[in-house]
Amino acid sequence: MSVSSKVLPMRTEEDLMIVRQTVKAWMIEQEFSLLEQTKLVTAISEIGRNALVYGGGGSALLEQLLENCRVGIRVTIEDQGPGIADIEQALQDAYSTGNGLGFGLSGAKRLVMDFDICSKPGQGTRIKMTVWN
Amino acid sequence: MNPIPLFHIGDFLLVSIPEDLSDSMVTRLQDSLSRKVIKLQIKGVLLDLSSVTIVDSFIGRMLGNMASITAMLGAEAIIVGIQPAIAITMIELGLGLNNIKTALNVDQGVIMLQILAADKAIDYVSKQ
Amino acid sequence: MIIDNISRIADIITRHQESILNDWLHEQLVALSARQDLISESNLRLQSTELLSLFVPACNTGSLSDITQPEWAFVLDFLNKISSSRAILGFSPSETATFIFSLKQPLFDCLRQELNSDAEVLVDELWIATVLLDKLGLYTTEVFQKSREEIIRRQQRDMLELSTPVVKLWDGILAVPLIGTLDSIRTQVVMETLLQSIVDTGSHIAILDITGVPIVDTMIAQNLLKTVAAARLMGSECIICGIRPQIAQTMVHLGVAFGDVVTKATLSDALAYAFRRINRAVIQQVAHD
Ligand SMILES: Nc1ncnc2c1ncn2[C@@H]1O[C@H](COP(=O)(O)OP(=O)(O)OP(=O)(O)O)[C@@H](O)[C@H]1O
Ligand SMILES: [Mg+2]
Repeated sequence: MSVSSKVLPMRTEEDLMIVRQTVKAWMIEQEFSLLEQTKLVTAISEIGRNALVYGGGGSALLEQLLENCRVGIRVTIEDQGPGIADIEQALQDAYSTGNGLGFGLSGAKRLVMDFDICSKPGQGTRIKMTVWN
Repeated sequence: MNPIPLFHIGDFLLVSIPEDLSDSMVTRLQDSLSRKVIKLQIKGVLLDLSSVTIVDSFIGRMLGNMASITAMLGAEAIIVGIQPAIAITMIELGLGLNNIKTALNVDQGVIMLQILAADKAIDYVSKQ
Repeated sequence: MIIDNISRIADIITRHQESILNDWLHEQLVALSARQDLISESNLRLQSTELLSLFVPACNTGSLSDITQPEWAFVLDFLNKISSSRAILGFSPSETATFIFSLKQPLFDCLRQELNSDAEVLVDELWIATVLLDKLGLYTTEVFQKSREEIIRRQQRDMLELSTPVVKLWDGILAVPLIGTLDSIRTQVVMETLLQSIVDTGSHIAILDITGVPIVDTMIAQNLLKTVAAARLMGSECIICGIRPQIAQTMVHLGVAFGDVVTKATLSDALAYAFRRINRAVIQQVAHD
């Protein structure tokens, strides 16, 4: 269940930095290991940048979770951009329609425990990432 | 935002990358670095990442670019001080930076640059 | 059959709050009499009061037969907190469930008192109350169970950290002798411990000795490769030794290649290689006699 939550804009590069810093502060407070912090913050950076570059910006929902003694953090980043037609293809290593390396989506998925992507052409993209301590 | 400081030590340049980089800082750094390498006739560049808390694919790509540019301008580039959590995350992300030289810290980076510079000098003499 | 929303349970509890609370507390104290070291009476009273204050509104607004409805969220949250704290404090599962189950007696007494004129209604209400409290009681044991598992998981991880010795073989040379089965959690711990030791000691070479590892599957091999790659990013060289012949065979079968990672047959071969890398040599002294 969600203990507390916060919605932040994701329209500029500065917004992305604020989201990263907010999540990092939460994770320090919840005593996540440095490695877990680094992994989630890096995944946020990838997904947030995609939302900026391909999705034309959007928002980030940050939630602190508590379940059976375990604390967790969930970050949901969404945009109202063009969406992704072939999610499987986009999730492949080294696939990029831009000038990137194409490791953003696939890498972010490897970095978090739970990765949920929901995207349809013309309806934007929403990616949910959850980690538990 | 303040530009990233570049320290000039002998023939070498030390770039101390700050904790949380913005994209525009990285782009500006790339610019000022390549100009300094030429202007100061730099032989080697140390990119110190010891205080960096995140390297995502954007920053990783920029690091790769900076190393390539430095090499193209005839100098060596070494990345030093990557911390364990960052290293594991970069590998998981797919950023092995396989063609970039690395060293544990600035001291070892300087030693490495000196050895590389000496090797080059020997090369140069032997070709003469 | 009484439909949920006309059940009088909430109403009856509200009117008899004080006596139910006292009886309930008494029941709990009897059940926990041997465990007074674990929780104080005043604490128990606070917890019981709070539960009742959440229970009544949930009964009033929500369905009495379905505690998964949103109206029950506060009650479940609160029970979650109580159960997990009891798991940590060292309560047994039944001592934890007592919290809810000991509410039955006082509540049934009140129902009987209030509804003794209509046997049919009384039976229906008793049934509703039984089912409801059973569900809440089961919920507390479920949370308790998961909390215990969580505690065990943490303890196991702590033990793993202790069982990963990183030894310094020479100035600039580290070794990790791995013994026993490697699962994904353990390889992760090994990886983190080794990389941190590399930073702490400023070592150029790290040797992963897998002589004592009985099985290496693709996943373990991949984790070992990741460790090597991460060490390289940090500016250190990680080499692997002690790959047994059977393991080498299975790895080739599985299509796992250690690529350009340096591998050596034995720890002493690895050490000899490491000495060369840091420009050291072992020489035999000539005996002067
Ligand atoms: N939010 C999004 N909206 C629309 N398309 C997206 C979105 N996110 C990703 N994509 C598509 O998926 C592809 C793969 O994304 P990924 O992040 O893996 O690579 P990249 O951004 O191109 O490169 P890198 O992240 O390595 O710099 C992108 O090139 C783009 O076509
Ligand atoms: Mg991307």
